Amino acid sequence: MHTQDIAPSSRRRQALRIGFAAAAAALGLSSAPAQAATDLVVGVILPLSGTFADQGAHYETGMRLYQEMHGTQAAGRNIKLVIKDDQGPGSGDLARRLTQELIARDKAELIVGYSFTPNAMAAAGILTQAKTPGIIVNAMTSVLTEKSPYFTRASVTMPMIAYTQGKWAASQGRKTAYVIVSDYGPGIDAETWFIKGFEAGGGRIVGKDRTPLAATEYGPFLQRAIEAKPEVLFGFNPGGDVSIAFMKQAGARLKGTGIQLMVTGDVVDENLLPAMGDAADGVISALHYQADIDNAANKAFLKAFQAKFGADKLPSYRVVQGYDSMALIHAALGKTGGKTSDEFMEAIKGIRIDSPRGPISIDPATREIVENIYIRRGTMVNGVAVNKSIATTEAVKDPAK
Amino acid sequence: MNLQGLLTVLVDGLAYGMLLFLFSIGLSITLGLMRFVNLAHGAFAMCGGYLMVVLAGRLGLPFLLALPIAFAGTGLIGIVLERTLITHVYRKSELQHVLFSIGLAFVAGAIANILFGPQQQPIPLPGWAEARVNLPGTWTTGYRIFVTASGAVALLLLLALFQRTLFGARVRAAVDLRGTAESIGIDVSRLFALTFGLGAACAGLGGALAVGFLGLDPSFPLKYLVIVLMVVAIGGPGSILGSFVAALFLGTVDALFKYYLPATGSFVIYALLVASMIFLPNGLTRWRRG
Repeated sequence: MHTQDIAPSSRRRQALRIGFAAAAAALGLSSAPAQAATDLVVGVILPLSGTFADQGAHYETGMRLYQEMHGTQAAGRNIKLVIKDDQGPGSGDLARRLTQELIARDKAELIVGYSFTPNAMAAAGILTQAKTPGIIVNAMTSVLTEKSPYFTRASVTMPMIAYTQGKWAASQGRKTAYVIVSDYGPGIDAETWFIKGFEAGGGRIVGKDRTPLAATEYGPFLQRAIEAKPEVLFGFNPGGDVSIAFMKQAGARLKGTGIQLMVTGDVVDENLLPAMGDAADGVISALHYQADIDNAANKAFLKAFQAKFGADKLPSYRVVQGYDSMALIHAALGKTGGKTSDEFMEAIKGIRIDSPRGPISIDPATREIVENIYIRRGTMVNGVAVNKSIATTEAVKDPAK
Repeated sequence: MNLQGLLTVLVDGLAYGMLLFLFSIGLSITLGLMRFVNLAHGAFAMCGGYLMVVLAGRLGLPFLLALPIAFAGTGLIGIVLERTLITHVYRKSELQHVLFSIGLAFVAGAIANILFGPQQQPIPLPGWAEARVNLPGTWTTGYRIFVTASGAVALLLLLALFQRTLFGARVRAAVDLRGTAESIGIDVSRLFALTFGLGAACAGLGGALAVGFLGLDPSFPLKYLVIVLMVVAIGGPGSILGSFVAALFLGTVDALFKYYLPATGSFVIYALLVASMIFLPNGLTRWRRG
């Protein structure tokens, strides 16, 4: 009895619901043309939960900060961010699905995101099919931009950093180096390109080791390096606790040996420095951003950042990458008059902007970023090491292309 | 043959092994004596680490004062958890132990994430810890010496406690014949709570010491689970001396292979695990007859 009572009323309710839906759809349709002329959805895919949530928050901060400083209007279009969480590396399938959803369901015309290479790799095919430009916010593997003609990059490639650093080390009269990298894609990239740069400058490699990815005990490797008596020890590892363990042990072991420790800039990321203590003192690193860069764009950027987060806070390179992703979008839309897809990709080739990290441009031939690489030295200030820039290599192109 | 290199690597490996011993001894006790499969054991190590970060880092307590507080604090948390949650799980099957405790480990990681955020935690080390200590033929840091000494002291105290005191005799009696132990007036549930707390406290001490050279973030409970299980498996659950030998063995063998044959990387210790599972299924030594 009961079911019979309920059925008609629920059917009635369903009919009502359909009626509302139809009415809403009609309303939506009528307003759609007007909206499409103004709104532009930028789909954003970042790691926002799990171990790498910290990184994702930095890119998002940069993107929001750009909008707060420069507004959301570009070439008559109102830019809206729709942000999704791909949970970090090893979730290529999720990154791919989110890309598809953003394009198909949220009508995203541009995608910004991919902190990790596998996630960008997985999404490349979708971007090509949908002719949707994708701005890589971080993933540093050189080959990525060749995986889709709709990819460009707002970060840097590992070869750009490692090659520049190797060459600089040799130019400082260092003759011999030992290389210790974590045994995975970016580590092997760092090893290859540091060696190329160092040898191109006339240096010689006296030994190299690859360490397990999650290793936190480096004593044996450091001992091997010390016995090889190099002038420079170059290290790369994936950040987090692994890099803290490496830096702490290297700091203690290398003291008094006269061996200069060099690492890529992400190993001595600003948010890891407090945990490294004075182990980061005197360590030379290379990176594409440095909070103490002296230019107008960086001054304005720092001022806005510190007004929001506190005068003692410094933005990481990841914040700048998020910020510049938005800057690239605004600049390219300015050239296309608000058009996206193929026109956007044409416009972004050869584009130049004054970023907080100095002038950056997109190489028209490869769609790869061209930018300065800064050599920095760790210096102790009030008990915490701070990376101070000591040399600049201007307009570095990806040497792997 | 480079003697100095060998000694240096051995001394470092020894300190690492001692840390593994402190991590794993609590699990060995709960697994071997109380027959509770506690995969959340790493959460206690993490708890000790965060206590250390708060006490020594944020409140500025001296390192040597913060350390025993981290030990006791983690032990207390262990006892409270045992009384409120884990006591209900003892009688369930081992699969349920595993599911329950791995869930607990995830919860602990999530709580740490909420309280402290996902980033790495800094910890200030006192001057003597960073200082260089010269040994015959080699040198190491004060911190590694301290970790090695802590492990050795913990070993002696635990051996004495379980084999020379009434408490130890009662625990062994309760494990072997619970009903009989209860019938002669031993309060077994209280005894188990204390034993569990002791295991947690040892893990807390290991975690507190680990922050100084392994770092600390909310993924800690699961990151070191595999190596801790290896120590317990090779050493034999319930055997304090077995865990000690296994931990030092893994620490030094791992270091020696990385030094002489780095290409084998971390593969060797897993091969050792497989070999020990086949040829010594009960572990190196059994303190109790299994």
